[in-house]
Amino acid sequence: MPGMPAMANDALDIRNLCFRYGNTTALNDINVSISPGESVILLGPNGAGKTTLFSLICGLFAADSGSILIDGRSLLKRADALAPLGIVFQSQTLDLDLSVEQNLMYFCALQGLARKEARARIKTALQRMDLSKRANDKIRTLNGGHRRRVEIIRATLHAPRILLLDEPTVGLDIPTRTELIRYLHELPERHGCAVLWATHLTDEVHDTDRVLMLHNGELQLDGSLDQLRRSTNTSSIEGMMQHVISQ
Amino acid sequence: MSQYWFAMAGIVRRELMRFVHQRERFVAALIRPLLWLVVFAAGFRAALGLSIIPPYQTYITYEVYIIPGLIGMIQLFNGMQSSLSMVYDQEMGSMRVLLTAPLPRWYLLLCKLVAGVMVSLLQITVFLLVANLAGIEFAYKGALQALPVLVLTGIMLGSLGLLIASVVKQLENFAGVMNFVIFPMFFLSSALYPIWKMRESSDLLATVCQWNPFSHAVEAIRFAFYGQFNSAAMILVLTCTIVFFLLACWSYNPARRFRAGKTAAA
Repeated sequence: MPGMPAMANDALDIRNLCFRYGNTTALNDINVSISPGESVILLGPNGAGKTTLFSLICGLFAADSGSILIDGRSLLKRADALAPLGIVFQSQTLDLDLSVEQNLMYFCALQGLARKEARARIKTALQRMDLSKRANDKIRTLNGGHRRRVEIIRATLHAPRILLLDEPTVGLDIPTRTELIRYLHELPERHGCAVLWATHLTDEVHDTDRVLMLHNGELQLDGSLDQLRRSTNTSSIEGMMQHVISQ
Repeated sequence: MSQYWFAMAGIVRRELMRFVHQRERFVAALIRPLLWLVVFAAGFRAALGLSIIPPYQTYITYEVYIIPGLIGMIQLFNGMQSSLSMVYDQEMGSMRVLLTAPLPRWYLLLCKLVAGVMVSLLQITVFLLVANLAGIEFAYKGALQALPVLVLTGIMLGSLGLLIASVVKQLENFAGVMNFVIFPMFFLSSALYPIWKMRESSDLLATVCQWNPFSHAVEAIRFAFYGQFNSAAMILVLTCTIVFFLLACWSYNPARRFRAGKTAAA
């Protein structure tokens, strides 16, 4: 179809991205391509630039220079470039006074889904996440783990090509966190979407993940765990981070 | 196009649901103008003589005079309430969900404004019903003719609210908005007294009232209820609507937001 991006497009393609806060360089010459279905962990200490990078990808900030293509569409040129993007923000973004279903319906409306279609998708997603019984409960009455699950459901309702997860397990208890990490790692296979997952917690990385390591606004490492172990001469992820920080 | 329609409907529905869920807000929105109508007007009725001025063709009571002003007040407070909820949304993060929707930003902001206008129309309807029940003889039949004007004035005041929300970064600062924006706009207008009456005591204040966009919003509403078109007021309201809306769109531009020193909280 004319105007439709080819299937071969990278889910996310970032070229020469730079961003400054006043005189401080937050991101410097970032180059990343993520293929459809790829699971990528963005590691970096606090203040490395992870959240700034996410804010640029989802259009909340405008880059000083460089380009961002989401599924082949430029964020600068088209508002609908955000359509293939699912986002779970670091802090909670649900409306506390509305119910689970109302929050999800609102999101579906913003994504241009018809109400009937939205209802069907929400029902399926809530069942999958074991939240059907809470559909009519206000978000205010949900615990942190359930709220996170609702946010993950919301981010996947429109079948995104790439999912951004900004430290999604922060503030959760250990069992909820463990379960969520397992679920999030299954997402690429389950939904066929790529995942870019920012975290500073090394136990969230699986052996099959591609790892990006960001420090002081620069991409220091990019590769599979095996490749990074070889290039840094360290066996643990903590060791790799230490290696990057000390450079 | 259906995507645009779904988004508009979704945003309006959300605002209406929020309004209905917040019962205190509904009651406060109703009580505020009713207090003015019943208490304030009762006190001023004897003190304030009104001559016959357009659009009125006969002497009117003070209660009848201030109804358009109180309708404007509902829209003014609603516009500010919307901006307060924008600041709340910015702090709580839900604003990011709106701003990352795959639609042009100006359209998303327009949807927010239309949603705010729908809420204010609901408030105005209930206010007029209560005023009618209280036996105040107003041009209620002109409500339908006034509808397009109410939509326009609602969008103007909502755009101003959006603009303020982009400047005010914390809820705590909102008291300042009340003191420096809402009260001066309301009191320095023709909502409570005609501008000629104001001129009797101060030429300067009368001039300020004359240039206050809220005065023109009130006059446009007043004339519309009586089936008349106040072209001067409408032109000014339309111009202010466009200017405020463009400024609001500009203030929500991602590049400018960063330069204004905003954080990723957006």
